[in-house]
Parts: sequence; C-alpha cells; structure tokens
Amino acid sequence: MDAIRSFFSEYGGLLLEKTWEHLYISFAALLLGVLVAVPLGILLVRIPKVAGFIMSIVSIVQTFPSLAILAFFIPLLGIGKVPAIAALFLYSMLPILRNTYIGVKNVNRNLLEAARGMGMTSFQRTVRVELPLAVPVIMAGIRMSAVYLIGWATLASFIGGGGLGDFIFDGLNLFRTDLVIGGALPVTLLAILLDWVLGRVEYHATPKGIRGQGGAA
Amino acid sequence: MLVFENVSKVYPGGKRAVDHLDLEIGEGEFICFIGPSGCGKTTTMKMINRLVKPTDGKILLNGKNILEQNVVELRRSIGYVIQQIGLFPHMTIRDNIALVPRLKGVPAEERNKRAEELLELVNMPKEFLDRFPHELSGGQQQRIGVLRALASNPPLILMDEPFGALDPITRDSLQAEFKNLQQSLGKTIIFVTHDMDEAIKLADRIVIMRAGQIVQVGSPDEILRNPADDFVRDFIGKDRLAEAQQHFQTVGQIMNPDPVSIGLGATLSEAVRTMRRRRVDSLLVTDDAGILRGKVTIEQIDRNRDLDAAVADLMERDIQTVRADTLLRDATRNILVRGSKYVPVVDARKRLIGIITRTNLVDVLYDSIWGEEDDEEQDAVVNEAAAAPQTGEGS
Ligand SMILES: Nc1ncnc2c1ncn2[C@@H]1O[C@H](COP(=O)(O)OP(=O)(O)O)[C@@H](O)[C@H]1O
Ligand SMILES: [Mg+2]
Repeated sequence: MDAIRSFFSEYGGLLLEKTWEHLYISFAALLLGVLVAVPLGILLVRIPKVAGFIMSIVSIVQTFPSLAILAFFIPLLGIGKVPAIAALFLYSMLPILRNTYIGVKNVNRNLLEAARGMGMTSFQRTVRVELPLAVPVIMAGIRMSAVYLIGWATLASFIGGGGLGDFIFDGLNLFRTDLVIGGALPVTLLAILLDWVLGRVEYHATPKGIRGQGGAA
Repeated sequence: MLVFENVSKVYPGGKRAVDHLDLEIGEGEFICFIGPSGCGKTTTMKMINRLVKPTDGKILLNGKNILEQNVVELRRSIGYVIQQIGLFPHMTIRDNIALVPRLKGVPAEERNKRAEELLELVNMPKEFLDRFPHELSGGQQQRIGVLRALASNPPLILMDEPFGALDPITRDSLQAEFKNLQQSLGKTIIFVTHDMDEAIKLADRIVIMRAGQIVQVGSPDEILRNPADDFVRDFIGKDRLAEAQQHFQTVGQIMNPDPVSIGLGATLSEAVRTMRRRRVDSLLVTDDAGILRGKVTIEQIDRNRDLDAAVADLMERDIQTVRADTLLRDATRNILVRGSKYVPVVDARKRLIGIITRTNLVDVLYDSIWGEEDDEEQDAVVNEAAAAPQTGEGS
C-alpha cells in the first residue's frame, strides 16, 4: 500500500500527463482513421473493380511490423507525435475500412433496390439506408481499432511520441518493475474502458429497429 | 396509360430476357404478368420504373417516353412493392409508409396524417406507427409494404410477387383485401405472379409470358375458355381447365342432339307408335320449319281416346325451353329446381335442336365431383333418358 502511495506521490503528475499524451495520440489516429476509412469503405462498395485491389494493399500494410512502420516515418516526418500518429493511423485503417466495406456491402440488395425503385437518390440511399444499417458492423471495426491503438500507442515512445510507453520502456531500461507496471496497467485499463465506452456508443448509434439483431440487415 | 412498343431487353452476357414486347395497359386496369420462372416478368416490370434499361423499343407512360423523364421523379410517381417485403428495418412503420412523401418534401405533420389514414384502410390500429418492421407478422409487414406504395397516391403501382412469401391463409385474405382496395382507389396495377389462382382472382387481364414473349393476353375468363396453345393449357393446369370448362360449359355442349319429336300434323296413333319405337313417354312437337310448338305425353294421349285426333289439338303449348348457348350452370339451377324431367333445347329461331335431361345433368355433376374417368359417350343413356329420368334425386 505504501509503495503504491509513494509511487503516486512521486509519479502521479507525470502519469496523468503521459496518460493524456497516450490518449491524444490514440484518438488522433483513430479520428483520422474513421474520417478516411469510412468514406473510403463506402466508396469501395461502389467501385467493386478496384475494391479488391485496395483491400489487399491495406492488408499487406497491416502485416508490416509496427516498429518498422514507425521507423519508416522518421525520415519522412522526423520524430515526435506527428509520425507516431501517422503510423498508428495507417494501422487503424484496416479494421475500420474492412468493416465499413463489408457492412455496407452486406446491406440487403433487395432493400437497396426498393430504395432505388421508390426514388431515392444515390446519396439518400447511402445516408438513409446503407449507413444506418451498417452501423453495427462499422462500429465493431472502430471499437476493435480503438483497442488495438491503445496498445500500439505504447510504441510511440520509441520515436519520441511520448505516452505511457515512456514509463514502460524507461522501466525496462532501468530494471524498474514499478515503472513498467505503472505504465502497463493504465494502458490495459484504458483499453478496457474505451471498449466499454465505445460499446455504449455503438448501442446508441445503432438504429432502434435493428438493435440486438446481430447487425446488418 | 402505359404502352410498350416493341420493347426488348438483352442483359450483358447476351440473355434476351424480354423479346419484342407490345402491350397496352388502360387506366385503372389490374394486369397480372404470369409465366414460369425466368420468363422475364420481373425484367418487364423493372423497365417501367427504369430499374432496368430497355435495350430496344419504347415505353410510354401517359404518352411520354419514360426515358425522357427525370428518373428519380418518375420513380416517386410510381408505387413499387417488391417480393421480399422490403420494409426498412431501421425505420418505424410511420417512416416506412411516409418515405416517398418525405422524399418529395411533404411536411412532417401531413405525412403523419397520411400514414394514419392509410393504416386505417387496412384496419390496423395507430399504435403500429411507432413499431418497427420486425415487431410485425409477415402479413402485417406486407400490408405496410402495400401502403407504402400508396403513400403518395401514385396512379400506377408495380408489384413483384408481393404475396409470394406469405402462408396461404394470409395470402388469401391479403389478396381479397387488396383487390377491394384497388377497386375503391381506382389504381392501375401491374402485378407479377407465378400463381395462376392469384392471377385469376385478381386480374382484369392476364398477360401470359414465355421466354420473354407474350403468349396470350386476356381476361381470366377468356384465357380459361380459350387457351391460346398447349403452353397456356399446361400452365393453367389440367384441373383448373377442367373446372373452368365445367364453369363455362354450355347447354349445347352436353345436350342430346337427337330429341324424339313429331310433326304438328301427325295423329295420336302415330305418336303412340313413335313413343313405343323410341321408348319414350313424351314427344316434342315441331312444325315444318322445325320450330318447337309443344309436347304431348303418353298420359295425355291415354286420357284422350280418339287416336285419330291431331297431335296439335292435344299438345301442351306452354313449355319451358332453354337456349343452346346458355351456360350450363345457369340452366342447371332451373331444371333441377323446377323438377322437370327434361328441357328441350332451341336455337335463336326457336327451332328444336336438342334435349337436355336430368340424366345429362347428373352425369355432369358426377364428372365434376369425381373427374372424367371414362369417355364422354353419354348418348346411349340420353336416348332413353326422356323415358327414364328417375336418377336425379338426391345427387
Ligand atoms: N441482371 C441480370 N443479368 C443477367 N441476366 C439476368 C439479370 N436479371 C435477370 N436475368 C435473366 O433474365 C431472365 C428473366 O429474368 P426475370 O425477369 O427475373 O424473370 P422472372 O421474373 O419471370 O422470373 C432470366 O433468364 C434471368 O436469369
Ligand atoms: Mg421475378
């Protein structure tokens, strides 16, 4: 108990700061990921000819080791938060892109034809039919992405991006178990917390009529 | 209101789904497209609201080529009900019904009123408006699907096997309900089905298709009475055809064309001889032109002992007759109810051309109950029939 208390009195302020940095990096990457991957996913459904190609490129990028990607961005963007966010953004893309693509693609063809036959424009079909029905699947992708990002953001520390990784890697370098645990534990808690929060978001974002029915109609 | 002029559709890959189709559909008509799966019914329908683009030919709606109209507006002005119900699961019943009015920019209050009004048409309570499709039964969902097509009051509604997925009882009641609705609202309906019973029940005119072409167009009665070819006959089915034939059978088709008759001028003794020879108990009396004038029975002759008297003096003049082109079902009622043993059949000029007996009728009734097992040689019986008509009772 005493050890915990003294850890907080010594590192409490720093811990808050690093947690904030960690969240900042993760959220920035996630936000970029959502902003790019969701529209791209919708677009890909419209152009099936290139969709397969793009999806396989993204999958390949995903298999690159995370550290390699981080290192790759140093000559381009230097060190610090920006390259960290850029690299994490690339990683966050795939789950979101894939789920958006699948979610929208799996919307019942008959519904879309009904929508077309009733005189919805292409834009109206996307916004009023495809997106609402794909929400559960898209949100699942975002959630998965967010949880991964909290973990991967630890590596940002390697290229001077900060975050809770600083605690962990300092601890490893200095053989200080308390620092390792002091960094790793919040990362885990953040991941769990974020998953829960996004779970709530998913629930409320899902149209009432299709809640609890296993997603896309 | 809707005209197909030499319309064809060839899908990429070369499949000719619709082949030089010509058809004219009038205002307020209920048209059923019917044919085996893959014959091009859906394709034909989808060309009307431009979900499918014709390869060739013209489709005119109220005189205007549909290809020259704004596609979104065209679709909003045509009701559309699809096979798999197609309600949007994430929208309430209210939003589903009022979708097209909403697309057209009708204010919320008015839309709401319209949704309530429509729900009343099918006797569903207002509470349903705030429910979601998955909370409704299949039959209720398809009712909503139909209402949705009616929402902006389009004069023309397209329906692609709308009741195909429902259980038979629900389907039956929806068909009846919908037919009433259509008649009271005066809509033009184009209805695709592969169920002949449904087409017969609903259609003003049935369009029978095969391999992208129209085989026959006509009212259900016309098609049942005169199937264009073997394909149509097969499609209608043996049972239905037999049933229809009974339905449309005329007196002329089942009468005995050889009634026992005698001339006006004959004497009673001649009459008795004829009766004995032909083994009948009454004779129909005709004049030289073959016109039916009356009848004499053996009882009448028996009471009048003067065998040299002329038949004309004794005969009963006021007798019931039936025209050869009368539908059997109409004649049957009369004959059976009045209890006559037989009725002479006459043509338009009152000439005697046959006779119909209770035995004829009984045979027909048996056929309709047990089917026609043996040949149609009923004449043997009929020849004797006027004399021995006791079989009819209780059948
Ligand atoms: N989009 C399409 N591409 C290629 N062929 C099609 C397409 N839609 C329908 N067909 C073919 O056209 C023919 C007619 O189809 P359809 O109009 O759906 O028939 P029906 O509704 O009478 O069952 C079928 O042989 C079908 O396989
Ligand atoms: Mg079809």
